[in-house]
Amino acid sequence: MNNNILQIKDPILSIQNLSVAYDKNVAVKDVSVGIKKNTVTAIMGPSGCGKSTLLRVLNRMHELYENIQTTGTVLLNGEDIFKMSPIKLRRKTGMVFQRPNPFPTMSIYDNVIAGYKLNGISQKKAVRDEIVERSLRDVVLWDEVKDSLNKKGTFLSGGQQQRLCIARALAFNPEIILLDEPTSALDPVATSRIEDLLIKLKENYTIVMVTHNMSQAARISDYSLFMYLGELVEYGKTKNMFTNPQDRRTEEYLTGKFG
Amino acid sequence: MNSDKITKIVLFSVSFIILIVAGGMVFSLVGGAIPAFKTFGLGFITSTHWDPTHGQEEYGALPFIAGTLITSFLALLISFPLSFATSLFLGEYYRNTRVAKILGTMVDLLAGIPSIVYGLWGFYVLRPFLISIGFENQGFGVLTSSLVLAIMIIPYATSLSSEIISMVPNDLKEAAYSLGSTRYEVILHVTVPAARSGIFAGYILAFGRALGETMAVTMLIGNRNIIPNSLFSTGNTMASVIANQFGEASGLKLSALISIGLLLFVITGIVNWIGKLIIKKMS
Amino acid sequence: MKAISAKDNISLRTKKDRIFLGLVVLFSVITASPIVLIIFKLIEKGYKQLSFSFLFENTPDTMEAMTAIASNKLIPGGIANGILGTLLMVGMAAIIAIPVGIITGVYLYENQRKWMANITRNVSDILQGVPSIVLGLISYLWVVKHVTHGYSALAGSASLAIMMLPMIVRSTEETLKMIPQTLKEAGLALGIPYWRVLFGILIPTGFSGLMTGILLAVSRVIGETAPLMLTALGSSVINTNIAKPTSAIPLVIWEFYNDPNMVDLIWSSSLLLMIMVLSINLISKQVAANRK
Repeated sequence: MNNNILQIKDPILSIQNLSVAYDKNVAVKDVSVGIKKNTVTAIMGPSGCGKSTLLRVLNRMHELYENIQTTGTVLLNGEDIFKMSPIKLRRKTGMVFQRPNPFPTMSIYDNVIAGYKLNGISQKKAVRDEIVERSLRDVVLWDEVKDSLNKKGTFLSGGQQQRLCIARALAFNPEIILLDEPTSALDPVATSRIEDLLIKLKENYTIVMVTHNMSQAARISDYSLFMYLGELVEYGKTKNMFTNPQDRRTEEYLTGKFG
Repeated sequence: MNSDKITKIVLFSVSFIILIVAGGMVFSLVGGAIPAFKTFGLGFITSTHWDPTHGQEEYGALPFIAGTLITSFLALLISFPLSFATSLFLGEYYRNTRVAKILGTMVDLLAGIPSIVYGLWGFYVLRPFLISIGFENQGFGVLTSSLVLAIMIIPYATSLSSEIISMVPNDLKEAAYSLGSTRYEVILHVTVPAARSGIFAGYILAFGRALGETMAVTMLIGNRNIIPNSLFSTGNTMASVIANQFGEASGLKLSALISIGLLLFVITGIVNWIGKLIIKKMS
Repeated sequence: MKAISAKDNISLRTKKDRIFLGLVVLFSVITASPIVLIIFKLIEKGYKQLSFSFLFENTPDTMEAMTAIASNKLIPGGIANGILGTLLMVGMAAIIAIPVGIITGVYLYENQRKWMANITRNVSDILQGVPSIVLGLISYLWVVKHVTHGYSALAGSASLAIMMLPMIVRSTEETLKMIPQTLKEAGLALGIPYWRVLFGILIPTGFSGLMTGILLAVSRVIGETAPLMLTALGSSVINTNIAKPTSAIPLVIWEFYNDPNMVDLIWSSSLLLMIMVLSINLISKQVAANRK
């Protein structure tokens, strides 16, 4: 039992002994951790440490790839995610990717409610309008695009596109938002706007974010996971981890001894 | 989850159709060819006798096999300097210029002209021209058909070769230039060797295309069931004899024609497969 | 070591360089010339006969043609039976080949490494290289002999469908491969079932690529003669019964070519055929350009 893993009471997401392997390579080794509700949790670590794999297990996107075996449990609000329908799970979790990826053939409006539309869920126009406005306001994009809702999203800047993608993920009112290095393709100004956004969003959502940018983790996360070669080395309040890392490997990573 | 499984099943099953079609083709061709091969044995391939008269039917495919191979090979030879030059024009000298775009479009258009139109043009324009410069046999024959065939296959060889040539890395060429080479020398010693397999594959595929060409050749080769003995001799090809003699073919004659179809299928299949192998090896 | 007279050498090499360039340009021009020659010939000899009635009347019979030539008039009639036959058979072929081709292309795209998909892909490539006359032969054996018991439009379109299929499969797979993987992931991450991601996101995004592939396949089969000779045979009237022999533009041209009285009609018919093929090619180039 790793003493460097903070125990969380009543976690919204409880990962228990999770291991993931592709063919013979073990990407995630026996990770057990609890994520606290309405916080920003950062997953850090050098390349190849398994952080992206771990993130993708949380909405079972890892199943898109062949030859992948998982053992262990993940409970979302007490429910085993492997026992529920992946579609149901993915509506409870929203995902944002490294490169902004609005659907190029759809307008901004349609992008935001894509989750509903493509699922064949039809709603009254008033309901749809309300969802779109709410989501766009949540990501502070409404004022910038409210007059161009019917235009395709490709004219927006990188940062705006990424906020659109976040809005798209929020439309379902998910409980957890998963972000995979959401700002690594953006310029510093756009990055800081998204960071501010995430801090604001944690009031209503739980944010789990993979980042390879330590300072970003230090800036905005409440809790941090440090992974190394598939293992969860340390987990705790970000402030504590950065000022007083318990594990030698954590300290070496944070002081830049390896990337 | 259920819908995903159904989707997977639908995708898999529909893709089977193409396998069934291909398998069925082989099955039908072989099945249809059996009577002819049973009757004539391997002599079918080596015999030059073709007599459909009832009561003394005898079929041999050698003249057609020879005709097909000779015309296709000749077409390849004739088209080589033309398509090689064009691919250098498009892929090296004038790459990414407006002129290249126009020329490229024109060469693409060559590929779009239907075979029968080539045949008509060959018959009514090329043939009289060739007669006027001294061709015999009314202008029909191996050389005439190979000429038209060459024009038809140029776009196939050119498009692949020019693409491969344009993909030769710049730094290789720059290294040669910095040593004082002329453009011609860079092409000869760097670009072409680097693009060698792609160029070769392009010609193999063009050859495969030539083997199966029917209409244009039928209209220009003279349709005599003999093995051509000179460039100006007339002859016949596998594809044309099928087209010409299919009419009311039945019984043994039909089986002979199907056998020829099988041979054509096998030969083009092997040639195309070799071409694809070379392309695969490159990437 | 004897020093090479650098000056002499360079001028020789420069000359070689220039001569080579000259040859390349010369040969390239020669290569492009047939297209110009052919199109001009078609226009020169064919435009007179092209008219409204040419499109809407059936092929004349040989007597009508003979009398017209004798009195130095334009041969009456047109190639309506051919035009409609082509539309009918190519249309049917497209209806068969497009869905099967696209779905197979999707299958290959989704299963890049599976051995079954690899075999399917290879088979598709082999099928693409099969000469059209052999496909006509097959369609004869399958449809003419066993389904329609006689030459028919159905048999004709079957051979065309088999021709179009591998082209559409390949262009579908290539188009889908060019769509960034992350779009598919974004769709799935929204909890959308895969088939909706396919039809709602992937195919619309790849639409112009798919369309280009289809148009090119159509332009390829419109001009095919050989397979139709063995399957549809031809007809002197417009035919809508798919189980009966049907005409097509290339077949009509072939008939004209073989009839000394109607030979003059080959040019206008070929011109019409070329116009159709070129238009489709131009449209597909436009579609490809609009992608940007």
